[in-house]
Amino acid sequence: MMDENKKTLVMGVIGADVHAVGNQILSYAFREAGFNVINLGVMVSQEEYIQAAIETAADCICVSSLYGHGELDCQGFREKCDEAGLKDIPLYIGGNIVVGKQPFEEVERRFRAMGFNRVFGPGTPPEVTIAALKEDLLGEGHAPDPAD
Amino acid sequence: MRPILLIDFGSTYTKLTAVDCDVPCILGRAQAATTVTTDISEGLENALDLLAAQTGGIEYSVRLACSSAAGGLRMVACGLVPELTAKAAQYAAFGAGAKVIKTFAYELTAEDAREIAGIAPDILLLVGGTDGGNSEVVRKNAAVIAAIPGSFPVVYAGNRTAKAECMDVLSASSHPAYAAPNVMPSFGKLDVAPAQQIIRDIFLKRIVLAKGLSRFQGVLDGILMPTPSAVLRALTLLSEGLPGKPGIGELVAVDLGGATTDVYSIASGLPNDSSTMLRGLREPYVKRTVEGDIGMRYGALGVLEEAGMAELCAVSGLAAEKVETLLHALRQNPSHLPQNPDEEALDFALATLAIRAGLLRHAGTVEQVYTLVGAVYQQVGKDLRNVQRVLLTGGALTSRSDCDGVMCRAVAVQDPSVLIPRAFTVTVDRDYILSAMGLLADMEPDAAFALLYHHFGKEEHHGT
Repeated sequence: MMDENKKTLVMGVIGADVHAVGNQILSYAFREAGFNVINLGVMVSQEEYIQAAIETAADCICVSSLYGHGELDCQGFREKCDEAGLKDIPLYIGGNIVVGKQPFEEVERRFRAMGFNRVFGPGTPPEVTIAALKEDLLGEGHAPDPAD
Repeated sequence: MRPILLIDFGSTYTKLTAVDCDVPCILGRAQAATTVTTDISEGLENALDLLAAQTGGIEYSVRLACSSAAGGLRMVACGLVPELTAKAAQYAAFGAGAKVIKTFAYELTAEDAREIAGIAPDILLLVGGTDGGNSEVVRKNAAVIAAIPGSFPVVYAGNRTAKAECMDVLSASSHPAYAAPNVMPSFGKLDVAPAQQIIRDIFLKRIVLAKGLSRFQGVLDGILMPTPSAVLRALTLLSEGLPGKPGIGELVAVDLGGATTDVYSIASGLPNDSSTMLRGLREPYVKRTVEGDIGMRYGALGVLEEAGMAELCAVSGLAAEKVETLLHALRQNPSHLPQNPDEEALDFALATLAIRAGLLRHAGTVEQVYTLVGAVYQQVGKDLRNVQRVLLTGGALTSRSDCDGVMCRAVAVQDPSVLIPRAFTVTVDRDYILSAMGLLADMEPDAAFALLYHHFGKEEHHGT
């Protein structure tokens, strides 16, 4: 059962992506860091994140993508959240989220333009995301900018 | 001798089964028209006279009854997300033997409230939010429901956080309020049994009384449950058995009626290979669905809509004009039974396609998805392809001699994505004992199981 005093995250790997290991590690790390974690696993559609977030009154949606098609999979995600009444819910994205090697600043700009509040590049350690979650959801400390 | 009388008040017939629990054996069966408009005990007395003619005068030590008369248990379900808690509410209601007139999701509007008032359900089930999850919508919905005129009971089985507040609002209204644990306590996890128990209690205490079925409460030891709930109990007992007495294992059952088609599965339905992933809600092991628009007579048009004229013609072998003429005649006279080969052929097609529609909506589907590591399969709902036993019941089927043919044709669907049973043996509830044995199951589980096993344990027919 969820602890009502903790913030709730909905997480999963988007699209036709079956990378399951990192998802499990992150889920463990988030739980240990004191969050309620609703882990939807791999191959999650935008609708599934949104439905889970509504039902559990989630405070943040953390999207992972490891197979390079994240940019396509995430199109219209923010608009769907708005449509479903999840206005201003923080959206995070992380992993190998674009095809090939591209400058991270460029990638981050494009995902921010799509409505993602935080964008994390390949190899981001869980602590960085956790610090960002604590800052955004609990107002604690200042998270290091992943672009640094 | 330990005789027990089992009564099923159906919408059309009041059916009696007399059982001796000592042997155990069935002493006799009889049915007479249900008299719900006048006094339901008239029909019961008529049926009892017919039964006494077979068995002689018997002093029954216990009389138990189930009922689907006067519309059965009519429910409305209100949840949050259609695919999540609203669906959980539906499963809970179906499993309690109810007919779900309508399911609402998200915030109830003024229009929804008027619609619910119009439906005037026997019970409304209000859910929404996982424990600690969304409580805003269920709070608002409780307030909307409280303002609906009428005195139908409301069962609250939503987010624990909002329970006290919602119960206060509902208790202050004209609706008696009952609280149950959340049907979805944590994300994706169903817990429908406690809510079902409360629905059943309300059915006993209030509905039976309200429907004028309890005038002979002194004679009966009580109407225990809605008929579908009794059938579900019998099927579960037959499937699972008793300690030291193994049941027949996973099964699917179809109850085909004039107006509706009920489909039951007692099966896990989990993916059976490692390349298939289950998506969405994990469905209950004991699952019932009802197709309110699919049946042999009142539901015949629903069959046409679902299957299409081309398929109805193909299965019946009749021309489209002929099918239309016959369907029109059935609409005029729903109690009509086939009198010639054409009408026989249409009934065959209606039965086949009604069962097919019910199975397709009950069973899950699988979809192939290409990923970078190759093709994987995503399953939604239950995979019933490996279920090897199919039971058929309902007046329209128990009187047919070709149930095997009907069933084989019903599952002859080319689409590989549908997860309906494929290779199975068919057993027909010829003696109409399922609901009776469900009634008996609590009090005399050994006798009920022995009689069920005697009827269904052996495999009569071979399917596809």
